Amino acid sequence: MDKVGIVGCTQTKYEADKIDQTYSELVFEVVKKLHNELGITNDDIGCVITSSNDFNDGRTIANMAIQDAVGSVRKAESRVSGDGAFAYIYGAMRILSESFDTVMVVSHCKCSEVNQYLVNNSIFDPYYQRHLGLDQISSAGLMANMYMNKYGVTEEQAAMIVVKNRRNALNNPYAHLQERITIKDVINSKIMAYPLKELDFPPFSDGAVAMLLAKEDIAKRMTDTPVWLKGYGNCTDAYYLGHRNMTDLVGLELAAKQAYKMASITDPIKEIDVCEVSENFSTHELMIYEALGLCAPGEGGKFIEGGETEMNGSIPVNPSGGVLSSNPIMANGLIRVAEIALQLKGKADKRQVPNAKTGLAYGMNGICSQGNCVLIFGGE
Amino acid sequence: MKMPKHDVAVVGIGQTKFRSKRRDVNIPEMVYEAVKMALDDAQLEPKEIDAIIIGNMDHFEGINFSELFCGIEGAPGYLKPVVKVATGGTTGSSLAICGYHNVASGIYNKVLVVGWEKLKEGGATTGIITAFDPVWERPSLAGALGPLALMAGMYSAKYGITAEQAAKVTVKNRSNAANNPFAHLQMPNITIDYVMSSQMISYPLRLHDVCPQSEGACALIYANEEETKKITDNPAWFHAVETTHYYTFGTDEAMFDLPTATLASKKAYKKAGIKNPVKDLDVAEIYEPTSWSELSWTEALGFCKPGEGGKLLDEGITLMSGEFPVNPSGGVLSTNPIGATALVRVAEAAIQVMGRGEKRQVPDVEKALAMGFGGSLWTEILILGKEPLR
Repeated sequence: MDKVGIVGCTQTKYEADKIDQTYSELVFEVVKKLHNELGITNDDIGCVITSSNDFNDGRTIANMAIQDAVGSVRKAESRVSGDGAFAYIYGAMRILSESFDTVMVVSHCKCSEVNQYLVNNSIFDPYYQRHLGLDQISSAGLMANMYMNKYGVTEEQAAMIVVKNRRNALNNPYAHLQERITIKDVINSKIMAYPLKELDFPPFSDGAVAMLLAKEDIAKRMTDTPVWLKGYGNCTDAYYLGHRNMTDLVGLELAAKQAYKMASITDPIKEIDVCEVSENFSTHELMIYEALGLCAPGEGGKFIEGGETEMNGSIPVNPSGGVLSSNPIMANGLIRVAEIALQLKGKADKRQVPNAKTGLAYGMNGICSQGNCVLIFGGE
Repeated sequence: MKMPKHDVAVVGIGQTKFRSKRRDVNIPEMVYEAVKMALDDAQLEPKEIDAIIIGNMDHFEGINFSELFCGIEGAPGYLKPVVKVATGGTTGSSLAICGYHNVASGIYNKVLVVGWEKLKEGGATTGIITAFDPVWERPSLAGALGPLALMAGMYSAKYGITAEQAAKVTVKNRSNAANNPFAHLQMPNITIDYVMSSQMISYPLRLHDVCPQSEGACALIYANEEETKKITDNPAWFHAVETTHYYTFGTDEAMFDLPTATLASKKAYKKAGIKNPVKDLDVAEIYEPTSWSELSWTEALGFCKPGEGGKLLDEGITLMSGEFPVNPSGGVLSTNPIGATALVRVAEAAIQVMGRGEKRQVPDVEKALAMGFGGSLWTEILILGKEPLR
């Protein structure tokens, strides 16, 4: 595969309610910051790929409102309706197809403007399941219950994920929830969908993220620390929860296998230095460990207890604090890519994993990991 | 000139019969009809498809992440990549272009692109109104009809185009549609008087100056050079794909023409080595939401000089019998399933290139143009040819 490089990336601070900015102003903030950081103008950008969701924005053709903000007037823009990781790969494809030299990828979400439970309820089919009231919370409860039951994973083990990610977020100036919490806090928080409690879930955040991709020679010219795409896998699980294996993330496992194959990775835990994953609830991250092959099926609980995924462990997961700390839903996947890019550039400041050379980013669409995009990046 | 990494061809085509209501099927069943037809056309098994690109406007049917629903239940997306591209009216062309990059990049060998709309289960206008800015635009200029009426009014005022000239477009396209078994409104005996005496909707647009709302789906299968050879000896190759977008507010510039169509088509012509579109292309399938817009778009695409769109049709050049037929399928004025509309343009352009148009076939087509229009006055152009470009 030819090389596609991440030249630079910018993020907003993630917050609960950015009432003073419209979503196009959020987008403009990161685009302008990207221009300034890289010393480029709009003319240096070949085309733009955005990621957003009409339901989350409360606007049909939500990308219509950000044409000026992304500078795509008289220029090509296209919009992936879904998570930002999928927009990243479309942007990379436009360089690999040799159609463009540079592509800017932008994702935004302003959760504060919409009722997220209704938005998520609308993912369920209109004929049979929607009126049951299913949403991301109740379906996460079903998944967590089945998973914990099958493998004997405890509530304490699940809570350790939340404690780890929120603590990591203290080192990330962009993170929304930055707080030191205890396992007890998580377990004693209000029950949301058995066995998951309020603190097992992420907040809802407003924010945006932008990055510039370039083909090899241009990326090398624009930055001393380009971050290269090494592997990509994409796999969609069954739609109906009843058609899925709810105790293992089958779609993610297959996507990871494809990505490892492309990146020639045979032993992920040894060959990957840092992961940024889209964990939508505490036990979800445990299941992600297993699907990514960091530990054996059912061993996620023991794995977090071993501390391997802590900042000082052998494979830190979510040094940024992950989705459990900042959750501008559609932007999550692109934030994961941006955070891995910062790690591999050695520019992650207080959340830097020492000597990070290879990183993994995981973005997700839909309910309980239905759509999965795994990306492997290398810094050399 | 830059060449793509891989040549990409359309190797399979499927479309449903478009109607105002498909009460006999639910959404995934309707999607499946087009998908199955495309798979059968390319003689491929579902397992042979590498990835699925989906286009649909989720607000119109009220289904969030409709690709995760219909990509699995209506298309063979289980354990495969499924991605949705949604850009309003241009959705069909945006997903056609996304599919192109999926194959041209070398990431996938064979992809399925599928777009649809099932409007009776939702509300297109309700959805479209929310596309407009809630503070500045929504109270005055929201929906599809308002801006299109404004454009038609400004266009006719600037160039003296008459309502009769516009009505001729509807007569041409809806009688062309009678030759297309998939078209929604087939009116072989429609007259100019009939169009001009229909109800006024939004001045100067009358009922029959405006496209219908249709239900249906369209699916295409793309392959790279190597796979194409195995599948068919009659593919349609992509020569150029171009997108040009515009200001957030369409009204930031005069709306009597369509600058994005001029810019996008110029870029596409350059890539495809086309100097005079009317001579070098053989047929065009363009996205005309109203009769007036076809006249204006033919100018913007360089088929004639600015202001001469009416004359172009008066001279019969864009008729089926003319030198350069526009919309032999009947166009958008006959069939408009929004998420699929622009993809139908690509499908029909491919059908013409393959020579499979039966009663609507233009003789000896070597190159065809397909156009998508939408958003805040966006244009997408795709050019297809009988031979690969290189």
